[in-house]
Amino acid sequence: MKIQLSALAVLALSSALSLADGSTQLPTDNKKFQQECASCHTPYAPGLLPAASWQRVMTKLDKHYGTDASLDAASTREISQWLQAHAGTYRRVSEEPPQDRITQSAWFLRKHRAGEVPADVWRRPMVGSPANCGACHANAAKGNFNEHEVRIPR
Amino acid sequence: MNHRFRTTASALLAGLTLGMTGAGALAATPAEMLATYTAQGGSTASAARGQDFFTSKHGKDWSCSSCHTTKPSGEGKHAATGKLISPLAPAAHVERFTDTAKTEKWFRRNCNDVVGRECSAAEKADVMAWLMSIKK
Repeated sequence: MKIQLSALAVLALSSALSLADGSTQLPTDNKKFQQECASCHTPYAPGLLPAASWQRVMTKLDKHYGTDASLDAASTREISQWLQAHAGTYRRVSEEPPQDRITQSAWFLRKHRAGEVPADVWRRPMVGSPANCGACHANAAKGNFNEHEVRIPR
Repeated sequence: MNHRFRTTASALLAGLTLGMTGAGALAATPAEMLATYTAQGGSTASAARGQDFFTSKHGKDWSCSSCHTTKPSGEGKHAATGKLISPLAPAAHVERFTDTAKTEKWFRRNCNDVVGRECSAAEKADVMAWLMSIKK
C-alpha cells in the first residue's frame, strides 16, 4: 500500500511538473487514436481528462457529443487501453468534469476565464468554440499547451 | 466475354469484402463499391437521386452537405468541430472509396447522424453515382 501510494505521488508530481509550465508535451502519439479521433477533432491529449471520464466516453461512442462516432470492437478496445494508460493523474485533472467535457473542467474554465480570454474570442470564425484547441495552441495536436506559445487569431 | 467475366468477378469480390466488417484496410476501387451497392440495391443507381439525397435533410439537423458542402469536389468542414474535411469526390481525392471498411464505417455513422438509421444499399449507390460523376 505504501509503495503504491508513493508511486502515485511520483506520478502526480511528474504530471504536475509537466502541466505547471506547459512546457512538457502530453502524449498524443498513438496511431489508432490519431487515425480515428483526429479525423473529426483535435486529438485531445488523454492527460486532459481522468480515466473514469475516458471510460465513459469510450463506452458510448455511438452517442458522442451529438454524433455517431462508433468504432469496431478491436479499435475501441485498443484506443481505450491507451487512453486509460495515459489519462490525467494530476490532482486538478482527477476531478471528472460535467458531461466529461474537457472544456467544462474547473482548471480549463479558470485558465480561460474572461480576464484571460475575452468572451468574443470564442465566436471568432477561426476559433468557433472552446473545443478548437488548435486555433490558439498551434501544437495542441502534439499535446503542447505552453502558454507562451499561445497566439489568439483576430 | 473476358471483360464481362472480370467485371462480374470484381463485383463479386467487392461483395465478399463488403460483408467483412472491421477487418482493417480492404483495397477496392470506387467503381467496385458502386457495383456492389448497385447489385445489393437491386436497381440502377441514379446520380440525380444521389445529389438530392446528399443535399437534403432527412428529418434531423444535418444533411450530408452540412459537412461535405453541396460541392464535394472541394473541402468540407465538420459542422460541430470545424475540422477541415478533404473532398469527398474521388476525382478530387484519390483515396476516397478505396478502403471498404472505411467507407462502410463512415456510411454507418453519418447516415445515423443525418437520416437516423443506416442507409440502404440503393441510397449508397445513388450517392456514389453522384460523387463519381463530379469532375474535379
